[in-house]
Amino acid sequence: MTVETIDLDAAGVRALNRRLQGREGPVAGRHFIVTNAKGRHALAAGLTERVNVRIRGHVGYYCAGMNRLADVTVEGNAGTGVAENLMSGAVRVTGDASQSAGASGRGGLLVVEGSASARCGITMKGIDIVVGGSIGHMSAFMAQAGRLVVCGDAGAYLGDSIYEAEIFVRGRVESLGADCVEKELSAEDASGLEALLAEAGMDGDAARFRRYGSARQLYNFRIDNAAAY
Amino acid sequence: MAGDYPERPWATFPPHVISEIHRAADQGLYYIRGAGARRALPTFDDLVFLGASVSRYPLEGYRERCDTNVTIGARHASRPVELKIPITIAGMSFGALSANAKRALGLGASAMGTSTTTGDGGMTMEEREASETLVYQVLPSRYGMDPDHLRIADAIEVVVGQGAKPGGGGMLLGQKVTERVADMRTLPAGIDQRSACRHPDWTGPDDLAIKILELREITNWEKPVYVKVGATRTQYDVALAVKAGADAVVVDGMQGGTAATQEVFIEDVGIPTLPAVRLAVEALKELGVHRQVQLIVSGGIRTGSDVAKALALGADAVSIGMAALMALNCNAPLYLEDYEALGTRPGACNMCQTGRCPVGVTTQDPLLEARLDPEEAGRRVRNYLSTLTMECQTLARACGKSHVHNLEPEDLAALTVEAAAMAQVPLAGTNWIPGRS
Repeated sequence: MTVETIDLDAAGVRALNRRLQGREGPVAGRHFIVTNAKGRHALAAGLTERVNVRIRGHVGYYCAGMNRLADVTVEGNAGTGVAENLMSGAVRVTGDASQSAGASGRGGLLVVEGSASARCGITMKGIDIVVGGSIGHMSAFMAQAGRLVVCGDAGAYLGDSIYEAEIFVRGRVESLGADCVEKELSAEDASGLEALLAEAGMDGDAARFRRYGSARQLYNFRIDNAAAY
Repeated sequence: MAGDYPERPWATFPPHVISEIHRAADQGLYYIRGAGARRALPTFDDLVFLGASVSRYPLEGYRERCDTNVTIGARHASRPVELKIPITIAGMSFGALSANAKRALGLGASAMGTSTTTGDGGMTMEEREASETLVYQVLPSRYGMDPDHLRIADAIEVVVGQGAKPGGGGMLLGQKVTERVADMRTLPAGIDQRSACRHPDWTGPDDLAIKILELREITNWEKPVYVKVGATRTQYDVALAVKAGADAVVVDGMQGGTAATQEVFIEDVGIPTLPAVRLAVEALKELGVHRQVQLIVSGGIRTGSDVAKALALGADAVSIGMAALMALNCNAPLYLEDYEALGTRPGACNMCQTGRCPVGVTTQDPLLEARLDPEEAGRRVRNYLSTLTMECQTLARACGKSHVHNLEPEDLAALTVEAAAMAQVPLAGTNWIPGRS
């Protein structure tokens, strides 16, 4: 396997993304190592091919944003909006993630091995997010589709105004947001969760998780619910 | 004694206020409607042009050129947008509008060499195919947000707010959330869809700068990036948008329309387009980027005269929404029984939120939509844009200008003290500009 190393101190963000996006030649099936990330923003964003990218060090905002197909690993912590609007492929953060991890993601898998801050999975639209640690407040706000799996605890107002996304939490939930309720964890749910945990490389007994989703009481405006809007 | 005393109009409780109190008491929820502000506001109507005479000479109406082209986005984008006329079609969603309406707008705009804009809910392929130049909106909801659509768009517009509801999110009532609309937005069909008022992954100008960087990285720094704001604290917002790296700023005054929102938002939040354009120009000049960062002004633009006045105050282009829908037949005296069924009439209808648009513009009902032939409606849009352009050129030539961008505040006078203060042009017949002397 050939691995191409790109030193960001030398190449810069523009050259990195052009290379990874295949604008400088074919990249499908290739492996890249990115060094000296140093918290730079928008690294490995807008990828469209099946490339494997390992970023050494912490990254800034919007790492791996809007990617398709690519497999990106951040060996460090990630700033705001890691894997935002992810379409497909996978993104793994070995450390912690800042706020809005996986925001509005439409597909693919985001794994945060550490913890994720506030608004994790906000307006998620089909992405699967697995967090090894805990998540901050207002996570899965207006979450539309996909699964958010939290092996630790969840902060306040989890799943506020949630639509059809599903949330699984193994630890404590500080509080649920409007229209988010606990639901039965069926054998089918547990089986799907087990498979997702395995795909994410996380240990965990699915039966120890609790499942949350929408009560669907705020889907249409009703006078009696006015205080909840 | 009744009958002996002339009834005094009740200024505090006019009929529409009493009616709203009764409605609120019945329903217990704010009134949601479409379109823009109905209250009387200072507008471009309160300005007049000072045509050429002895001290200035005009250009010959049908013989001497008066150009109308505008380039948008050359600040950072490698492929700026080139428009033949300074009048664009504003962002309006598929969902709020029918697919036929979106296609017609694209056809009409393309025939005139100008752009149209997507809306909440993403891009439809009908719209892309019909539009020679298409601006793709990145909205707080991110409904239908697709990087492939970013890449096939001609420009990107980060929507922070709109004039009808600055600071508010959007809504699309369940009757318009059909299977196709719901599928594009990843939502269950038939729900009352809400759009967030803030972006999910950035807050404030420093974050916005990084978001714009990401959008440029994803699109290879080719596309112009616009930032759209509702007109409120316009001078600050425009300056911050420029600082964040915008190629163009869209300022939408409070007359700007919406598909549906609370009436209290439409009527009571934001400032009129007239002062907004002047404040935006001041901000750009203060930063030394006027004409480098293009200013696009929208909200209540209806005539070529409005276009010319906005340009004279310093805008590079205008954007039209409601007026373009009217060119499609919005509020036209057709299908009168359907207006009546909505409790309204042609010329007064703002029932976009119901999805029962009698003329097929703001509906997802296949039978109603079929009333709008996109080819024929596209020609009406083209005709309307052509009329606006010719009117604008007429006024510019009358002021001696060989390009509509050569119009300037010095060509204007105000008919009211309010307009003089807001636009910072002299009250007609005086040298007085309120606030300056």
